Amino acid sequence: MGEVIVITSGKGGVGKTTTTANVGTGLAKLDKKVVLIDTDIGLRNLDVVMGLENRIVYNLVDVIEGNCRIKQALIKDKRYPNLYLLPSAQTRDKTAVNPEQMKKLCNELRDEFDYILMDCPAGIEQGFRNAIAGADRALVVTTPEVSAVRDADRIIGLLEANDIRRTHLIVNRLRMDMVRRGDMMSSDDVVEILAVDLIGIVPDDENIVISTNQGEPLVGNDTLAGKAYMNICRRVMGEEVPFLDLNSRMSLMQRLGAIFKKN
Amino acid sequence: MGFADFFRKKSSGNVAKDRLKLVLVSDRAGCSPEIMEQIKNDIITVISKYVEIDLDGLDIKITQEPDGNHGTVPALFANIPIKEMKTKKQ
Repeated sequence: MGEVIVITSGKGGVGKTTTTANVGTGLAKLDKKVVLIDTDIGLRNLDVVMGLENRIVYNLVDVIEGNCRIKQALIKDKRYPNLYLLPSAQTRDKTAVNPEQMKKLCNELRDEFDYILMDCPAGIEQGFRNAIAGADRALVVTTPEVSAVRDADRIIGLLEANDIRRTHLIVNRLRMDMVRRGDMMSSDDVVEILAVDLIGIVPDDENIVISTNQGEPLVGNDTLAGKAYMNICRRVMGEEVPFLDLNSRMSLMQRLGAIFKKN
Repeated sequence: MGFADFFRKKSSGNVAKDRLKLVLVSDRAGCSPEIMEQIKNDIITVISKYVEIDLDGLDIKITQEPDGNHGTVPALFANIPIKEMKTKKQ
């Protein structure tokens, strides 16, 4: 039986789609059969982040309305034999689908796939309710900013209210240099405030922009973000993986500076 | 600003954390700033019947207190400086 995971955040622009693309691709690299579902109807994005935008024939709304079979709408990612994408509709809006229909769709996909990842739209309205309807667990993405953490707190409350008990936190775009200067909340600060289990810290890495430009998720490559995402995938599968030492690239002078700052 | 103050200046990361904690207390309690303002005004009205309050020094807010079980519960915190007791006059 497959597991349905919703990737959500409340606030827009914190990295839900990038996280969905990388976690999904990473799980496929780890030999799991994965389908990514873009539930942001009207603002389709996951297809371009995955580099699959030219292969769309049918979409989520077509499946829900019965214009095609699920199999016809799934785009097979040629780079990974186990990875599929169900794109969102660009010319419709969130009212085209309801939570009951999404739940049914998730249940139909469970037999076929190990992981079903739902890329949730920003906000807490119907798009959010659609995305979480069939979910067993959630990955909440936030950045170390007041606005993003506040929205994440609201989302965590709503997930609990909807009986989604397994919620894990991803702190995205952490800048260790700023944390060391005291000009950014640390991942510990964010975890303390939100009181949920941390499943990953993704450092701010310009390679993410490059990989999105190319439409190729960077999970598993030698960049810091690539390693961080692969570690998240392993933790999603239940492995115990130590957190990356994000301080390892600190120079001697920075280390000395940090020692003096502490005292 | 003195030499010592320079080092004691609060980092913006800590400012963010403190602001966030405060805003989440009212978010989680479902208590908007307008309701806080009403609570504050009602408290002032009641207390003023008995004592004269220093309105400038008044501080009323909702904070988080440990519940003794690793969690926190919201608590109403009120610091109300008194200028003069009114009871003597009667």
